[in-house]
Amino acid sequence: MTPAEIRDEILDILEDISPDEELDSLDDEKAFRDQLELDSMDFLDIVMELRKRHRVQIPEEDYGNLASMHSTVTYLEPKMKDIVKS
Amino acid sequence: MVSQALSILTSIVSLFVTGCDAVEVLAVPLLLGNSCSPSVPLTNFCLVIAPNRAAELPDDQRIVITGVGLTAPNGNDWTSFREALLEKRSGVQPYEIRYFGKTLAGICDFDTNRYQKKKEVRRGTRAGSVGVYAANEAIQHAGIDWNNTDRSRVGIYVGVTEHGNVETENEIYVIKGFDYDTSCWSHHHNPRTVANNPAGEIALNMGITGPHYTIGAACAAGNAGIIQGAQMLRLNECDLAIAGGTSESIHTFGIFASFNSQNALATHDDPAQASRPFDVDRNGIVVAEGGCLYVLERLSDAKARGAQIHGELVGYAMNTDATDFVLPNPERQAECVQMALKKAGLAANQIDLVSTHATGTSSGDFQECKALRTVFGDCTNPRINNTKSYIGHAMGAAGSLELAGNLLSFRDGVVHPTINVDQLDPDCAIPGLVLNEPEEGKKIDYVLNNSFGMLGINSVVIIGRV
Repeated sequence: MTPAEIRDEILDILEDISPDEELDSLDDEKAFRDQLELDSMDFLDIVMELRKRHRVQIPEEDYGNLASMHSTVTYLEPKMKDIVKS
Repeated sequence: MVSQALSILTSIVSLFVTGCDAVEVLAVPLLLGNSCSPSVPLTNFCLVIAPNRAAELPDDQRIVITGVGLTAPNGNDWTSFREALLEKRSGVQPYEIRYFGKTLAGICDFDTNRYQKKKEVRRGTRAGSVGVYAANEAIQHAGIDWNNTDRSRVGIYVGVTEHGNVETENEIYVIKGFDYDTSCWSHHHNPRTVANNPAGEIALNMGITGPHYTIGAACAAGNAGIIQGAQMLRLNECDLAIAGGTSESIHTFGIFASFNSQNALATHDDPAQASRPFDVDRNGIVVAEGGCLYVLERLSDAKARGAQIHGELVGYAMNTDATDFVLPNPERQAECVQMALKKAGLAANQIDLVSTHATGTSSGDFQECKALRTVFGDCTNPRINNTKSYIGHAMGAAGSLELAGNLLSFRDGVVHPTINVDQLDPDCAIPGLVLNEPEEGKKIDYVLNNSFGMLGINSVVIIGRV
């Protein structure tokens, strides 16, 4: 997956997790929590969905990398670069 | 008995003092026993409303209904539900669920997003959504100034038949797709399946910080929730009780499969005719979802805020068969009804309407009729109906929903019938059955609502017109 494809995948997951939120204006550099109503269970949903959809494992000590869209894509790029977008 | 007679005489006197029209004073025996043969007959009491023991309590111990919120398979508010019953409209539809396949169910179509964000619906359970909807509707219906209500003094008491099966089945289904890798088991599973979930979601949604919990009471749970709410009000544990029952049971294949294995799941070519208590061709239960929550208040509080009162809890009882996992015990059921009558200070013949629990199983219906025959004998006044014939068996919500379906008879004077009785089972032929066509022009002062469940749990509530 390219960084753009990873971003689309994260957006797709966020749409599931936060169906009431408007995601078009999401600022990739800003923390998700500063823009969306997300709590710890929601972040676990991101982790769970990546595991279910792509078998990507994110250890607890790495959760901090999921703070913003930019940091998330940067963190996931090496883990997902060999995954072919279906 | 002497004190009871004296207190009833006092009530009679007070009715005369308050100006009971002489035309309405009829010579009807007041029975202090629980049969129709008068043991201590008193005559000449005012029929405006028969006196009951609850009326002797101080107002802060009298519990009244001031709001009703519900979703049923054939109506999403109290009025439309009542209309459906009077129009004999069923809410049973074709239904399909994983593993089990095609079947029938009572399905609700309330707007889940009226009171919940999409995210709340996603994170919670169906039982939670049903409860949130019913609780909000009930508070609105009660006309309560919610913004200025002390929510630490609101209690939530939700009866449930079961809870957690839906989510557990879902998660097992999900991890099956991952070769049963439990790391794919949702972190939402525990908060969704804790037994207090259906009540807790209401608390979260409405910002209620008083006590909340569910009352696990099988299919007696709807009544049990009401009873619990009333008791907590009497104990001054809360000032407002949101009480009743909910069910999400149609979303678990297990309940269908289990009833089917028990040869107790209804089938019929016409879904609307599948739920047929008392009919000779009944063949089982139609599982339904739904919820009905009441706002209960002490009469003193209801009066103080000028609330409209829809009925008073004048009697109730719960007991246990202690005889079988599933088979009911008519002796214990009859005792439960008699205990409720005793608590209300009412004789059997003073009950105007009996809302039966009958589910459409061959033995259950017969056993309840046997119990009713024991209590009501050949009483001529009570009318007897069944609401499951319209909506199926809403499990934890059944008792509270079926009561709500009947309470408006206080105002409209109509007894909705048990539908789908093409040929009455002779074993169920008890006096007073209202079958297939509504009975109009019946003055209803007291509704007695039966609700029984597995493991031999029995519950009865009696609501009086106020």
